[in-house]
Order: sequence, then C-alpha cells, then structure tokens
Amino acid sequence: MTIAVIDYGMGNLHSVAKALEHVTHENVVVTRDARRIRGATRLVLPGQGAIRDCMGELEKTELRGLVEELLASQDKPLLGICVGQQMLLDHSEENGGIGCLGFLPGEVRKFPADMRDERNERLKVPHMGWNLVNQHHDHPLWAGIDQDEHFYFVHSYYVEAADNATVFGTTDYGRVNAHVAIGRDATFAVQFHPEKSSRAGLKLLENFVQWMP
Amino acid sequence: MGLAKRIIPCLDVDAGRVVKGVNFIGIRDAGDPVEIAQRYNQQGADEITFLDITASHEDRDTTVEMVERIAGEVFIPLTVGGGIRSCDDIRTMLNAGADKVSINTAAVTNPDFVHEASERFGSQCIVVAIDAKKVSAEGEPERWEIFTHGGRRPTGLDAVEWARKMVAYGAGELLLTSMDRDGTKVGFDLGVTRAIADAVSVPVIASGGVGNLDHLVDGVIDGGADAVLAASIFHFGEYTIPEAKRYMAERGIEMRL
Repeated sequence: MTIAVIDYGMGNLHSVAKALEHVTHENVVVTRDARRIRGATRLVLPGQGAIRDCMGELEKTELRGLVEELLASQDKPLLGICVGQQMLLDHSEENGGIGCLGFLPGEVRKFPADMRDERNERLKVPHMGWNLVNQHHDHPLWAGIDQDEHFYFVHSYYVEAADNATVFGTTDYGRVNAHVAIGRDATFAVQFHPEKSSRAGLKLLENFVQWMP
Repeated sequence: MGLAKRIIPCLDVDAGRVVKGVNFIGIRDAGDPVEIAQRYNQQGADEITFLDITASHEDRDTTVEMVERIAGEVFIPLTVGGGIRSCDDIRTMLNAGADKVSINTAAVTNPDFVHEASERFGSQCIVVAIDAKKVSAEGEPERWEIFTHGGRRPTGLDAVEWARKMVAYGAGELLLTSMDRDGTKVGFDLGVTRAIADAVSVPVIASGGVGNLDHLVDGVIDGGADAVLAASIFHFGEYTIPEAKRYMAERGIEMRL
C-alpha cells in the first residue's frame, strides 16, 4: 500500500507528504519514477506556481502521458491539489492561455481585479487565507467535515467547471463562485490546501486515504 | 460572508529556540518552538511567522531543523523570515516545510532578488517585509520612509512607492511593520497601513504596536489590513487567540472561529 505524491518539479511537496504521513501508516513516497507511480495504490497530483510551468514540467519529466493514462483508466484514487486541480480542466486563461489535461470539461479563469467587499475594501488577488467551502453533493471525502468549513487558499485563478455534476464544493470570493472541489469516479481535486488547513484539511486527507471508489 | 481576516502570532527564534519566552499555562518548555506552534494551532492561529534572529551561520542549520520538526506536526501555513538573502536560502526553508519566506533587508539592497525569487518559487511564497517609519513633521502631509537595521538606518525610499515596487517585482504579500510603533503597545500606525493597503493589489499584514484587541480591530477596519501580526499580547497570555477572534468577529470582521 503506497501513496505516491507525483513530483514533476513544481513546488513544495514536503508539506503534502508530511500531512499524509500524519493521517496514515501507509507508505508515502514523493516520486517521478513512472514505475513507482504505476505501482502506487493512491496518487496525489500537487501543483504550485504558474500553470504554464506546471504543464511544461509535466511534459519535460515525461509524466504527462502517464498522468493522462491514469486519469483515463480511473483505477486508483487520485487527489489533485491547487494547480493540480486546475490542470484537470480543458484550458486555463493564465499565461496567455494554456491547454490543460481535459479530464473534466471547464475553464480556469482569473479573479477580476476590481472586486470590493461590503465595506468597499478592495478584494486582494491572490485570494489568500481561510475561506468557507460549501459542499454541494455528498462525497466520501467530505465525511466528518462540517458544511461551510474554512480551508486555506492561495490562488489567483479559479476553476469554472462546465458540468455541475462534477462540482462538489464552491467558495465565494467577491462576485466569483469558484468551483473549489471537483471530481468524478476515482478522482477528487481541490483548489485549497488540505495539508495547510489544520483539522479539516487533515480530515479530508484521512478520508482520501480510506476512500474506496 | 467570505475570506476571513487572519491572526498571525510571531515568534522570535535564535538557534532553533523561541526567545523572549512564551507564557502559556501548562506548557512544559517555554522555548520549544514545536510545542508553542502546536499550542497556537490548537488555539486557532491562522498562520505562524518565525523571525530568525540567529546570528551565526552554523546555528542557522538548527533553524532549518526546527522548521522541519514544526512542519511535520503543525498543519497551518508557516512563514520564516530573517536572514533570507539568496534563492538557496529560500529553497532550504521551503524544502524544510516553510510555506512562505519573508525577505527584508535583502530586498532593499537588491530589489532584483525579489523578482528572481518570485519567478523561481512563485509569488505565493514570497513575502516582502517593509519596515517603515514616519518622517513627516507635525502638520505636513504624512510620509513614511523605509528603514533597515532594526529601524536605525534610513534608506530615503518612500514606503508607499516601495510597496508598489515590491508588488511589481513579484511580492505575493507585504508584511508592514511600523518601526516607530514596534514594542510601544499604542496600536498600529494606521496611516501607513491604510496608504499601503490601498496602494497595492496583494494582501497586507499589519505589524508593530499591538497592545490590545481594539488595535487589531482598528488595523483591519481603519488600516485596511488583511491580516494582523502580534507577538507579546499572545505570548504573555494577556489575550488568547480565541478571545481576539471573538472580539473581532463581534465587531463585524469575518474570522475563522
């Protein structure tokens, strides 16, 4: 039983691995080795920074084909985090427009710069900090997590999925209703950082580790 | 209701130990950063910032070990500042488990470092610390300047212009400390907080001068800060984080309770 955190060279994977180790006795590996990724029982697809760089590194490390194949087969649970969520869509507006993995229909869009809150304060971008996640459908990964719980976010682009059946959670920021938890079959992906979201985040990771889709 | 304003306790660490003591009831070792970070996490701190005041290079390795130990136990965002001068320093801290690093003097001596760091690691993990002091005389329009070396050395840089420049260079967040208020307990300098919060698109953390819970409220409502950072009022048990959060929430501020 091994959980593989897919390391294609983008971002800090230490936190994700540590948080997984905190909730399971299963072996957690951070790896870009195709054999180990294929051999794992569960996969985590993280992502940080610009999506052009994330997609670029995925190509460069020759992991794109493998990730696409694993997404197509859906034979093991996969958790996408942050840009690892965004990459599952068709396309992102970031970096002048970037084609993504197209596993779920939809777009990644930039938060408008002119949003204000009820006190007429400018809403900052990146959307950084703790915000409420509204759960739309039941999902095993929401087990034991309150409706409208706070999770920790850091992002300037957000997911707009085309198919409501794939949307499991949303978060309001200004006039944007971001699709912050999406999925189908054995894949679940979140915009927020469960590994940085204290108790609620650890609960979601624990649910993922026990998930039998 | 939406994005919560953040409360960030700040710990000074020297060679992997918390200095200036923390006075929690029931804590075994007042200098152990892991125990203190865990306690703040349990209390509902939204992030924790470590300011590394370690002087010697050898002792800095203990700070890295400290960050590693905390990151294995405490699952909220961790920021490390103090002595971050190169991309290697940043990589070391991020690999140890820090989520963000705060760049201070190195940004003033070499602004391109901020640009390079944000390109390399992403703006989301680059905080620029701005130490500002009021330089305008009574009756003049307010003006603040950047100071280095703990507030002793003026740079001639206008604080608001500098804040804009740092954001243009890729800072993902600004940690604004009013050097003339730091340690005074009379409240944030709301003028400079408001001026910078309105001037930039990224979140601003207000710091320096917190003495009571009204100061935290003022920092958000009057200063326009997205987060408030404080040390002594929490460390010495004057107020707890839940008390501070409830107080702010009762005054209409969105908080994670």
